[in-house]
Amino acid sequence: MTKTNTEDYLRMYTQMVRIRTFEDNANQLYLSAKMPGLTHMYSGEEAVAVGICEALTDDDRITSTHRGHGHCVAKGAEFKEMFCELLGKAEGYCRGKGGSMHIADQSHGNLGANAIVGGSMGIATGSALRAKLQGSDDVTVCFFGDGATAQGLMYEVMNMAALWNLPVIYACENNGYSEYTKTEEIAAGSITARAEAFGIEAHQVDGQDVLAVNELTQKLVARARKGEGPFFIELMTYRYHGHHVGDINREYYRSKDEEKDWKENRDPIVRFRGYLVEQGIATEDEIEAINAAVEKDATDAVAYAEAAAYPDVSEVDMHVFAA
Amino acid sequence: MREITLSQAVNEAIAEEMRRDPTVFLMGEDVAEAGTPFKVLSGLVEEFGTDRVLDTPISEPGFVGMAVGAAMTGARPIVDLMFGDFIYLVMDQLCNQAAKQHYMSGGKLTVPMVLRTNMGATRRSAAQHSQSLQALVAHIPGVKVAMPSSAYEAKGLMKTAIRDNNPVVIFEDKLMYQDKAPVPEEEYLIPFGEANVKREGSDITFIATSSMVQVAEKAAETLAAEGISAEVIDPRTIVPLDEATLLASVKKTSRAIVIDEGHQSYGVTAEIASRLNEKAFYHLDAPVLRMGAMDVPVPFSPALEDITVPTPEGVAANARKLCAGEMIYAA
Repeated sequence: MTKTNTEDYLRMYTQMVRIRTFEDNANQLYLSAKMPGLTHMYSGEEAVAVGICEALTDDDRITSTHRGHGHCVAKGAEFKEMFCELLGKAEGYCRGKGGSMHIADQSHGNLGANAIVGGSMGIATGSALRAKLQGSDDVTVCFFGDGATAQGLMYEVMNMAALWNLPVIYACENNGYSEYTKTEEIAAGSITARAEAFGIEAHQVDGQDVLAVNELTQKLVARARKGEGPFFIELMTYRYHGHHVGDINREYYRSKDEEKDWKENRDPIVRFRGYLVEQGIATEDEIEAINAAVEKDATDAVAYAEAAAYPDVSEVDMHVFAA
Repeated sequence: MREITLSQAVNEAIAEEMRRDPTVFLMGEDVAEAGTPFKVLSGLVEEFGTDRVLDTPISEPGFVGMAVGAAMTGARPIVDLMFGDFIYLVMDQLCNQAAKQHYMSGGKLTVPMVLRTNMGATRRSAAQHSQSLQALVAHIPGVKVAMPSSAYEAKGLMKTAIRDNNPVVIFEDKLMYQDKAPVPEEEYLIPFGEANVKREGSDITFIATSSMVQVAEKAAETLAAEGISAEVIDPRTIVPLDEATLLASVKKTSRAIVIDEGHQSYGVTAEIASRLNEKAFYHLDAPVLRMGAMDVPVPFSPALEDITVPTPEGVAANARKLCAGEMIYAA
């Protein structure tokens, strides 16, 4: 085990814990009626965002989804600006104008969450087209869920990405549910076969295994940089919460036993923590120290955001047009 | 001054901007070797190559969405939408994605893209290739809308659009592609939000867009012979709208007809007429009149199609009544 790997592994662990902790706090803000509107929890899917984003640089772009907090954290965003955005405060990433479903963090290459299912597939593919046209070696990852595979846009842009060998990676987070409906009820045939029909190399990977996700993504990113893209990854994962924070009584579409099984036996954080300790990369005490530091960071950021100012009403018609 | 066609003017504007700025590129269906069905873009692929003049599959939402992403990350795409009627296909990408990125990101993201498309009936192309859908786009905050009325405007507005940092939709009248107008050899740009007073007058103001500018000018010519002096104003962009010039004219003439080739109901004419009523009501001697396309899908038969759009005769007839103090619509 090299030193570099140790650092990488601990950062991946920390980033996954940061996502889970962010979501736990966001959920509490909702339950205590401190957060306007709704939000969609990423809990359970941490290994997907972290495994992928840890294979990217700040120059690489991502597009995100309505369930986007995980991508945002994994791509390098700060808690303070994120919680401010969730609470509609002026210091949020989007000055409170976007909220949970539209957080964008351009400084780290996050082109934004998108509240139209599949809506960012064109944007991601266009970002990759720009990279190719301008001779830039950055790669764009398009995150979307299994539900978005039902959108026609996906097939239009995959066709063009394949025709033009664009450096884009389509990352399909298959969490088993398309909102309140089982994926098998909305998707005929295989998901990877959809990409293969365009001649796009497609992989399926255990989305609860951060190292497997990271290893595959690193390889694909390197190849995409050399012009061998596009690629498609189906990441098998699970959404711990409902479709959104208000979707609490959900036994009509998903059993508690099923949820329990994923949480107890396949949790990406528990699994990776066990691996780190077993391999001697970190001690239980070091892990606990990481968890505590993240928890404190989140608590401080929430307190900061709660006290932060709302945007001045004069901002309401600002940013409709760019100068 | 030399005269060139509207089609040549658009082509020149794009070529000049592509030479000036390497981040500008073109994409759309049959834009390269074919130069579009109207041949507006002929010759560009020979000069700029297939890297900057990209033929796309027939996937309007896909390539418009890609233009949004390219624009958000440092390119200036010009997207060619072969017929304005296809704008319905790209509404999510244009109105939910392109139009809102700058606002939703609190000013961090910009989408400097141009969507050039067309409008205009009486080409015998029936209901799905003849619509003038500028009102649909103008309704959405975050998109600018330009409507050139001649080759001169087509060139100057296109160049401004390409340099603008926002999504801009340009509606060209497909029946005017071969119309010639004086266009300077030297470079010029037409700023957005500056109306052009095409003809001065004192009795009534015609506010007309795109194809309807010619219609208004012909009506004004007829009326002049009868002693009615009509002012003709071309807003050139409907978003942003040069309200000040329109109001100043209407306050002077105290009568107005607003003419646009889009459907009359809930349309561009309704919006402009409403603003004149709100802001110049006490200067008016007659109700502000709207003249848009009839509220019917555009019919194929020439016998029917021709009566769906405003004509010089129709505009002149309504102007005579307004100036005589006669009611157009019975109370």
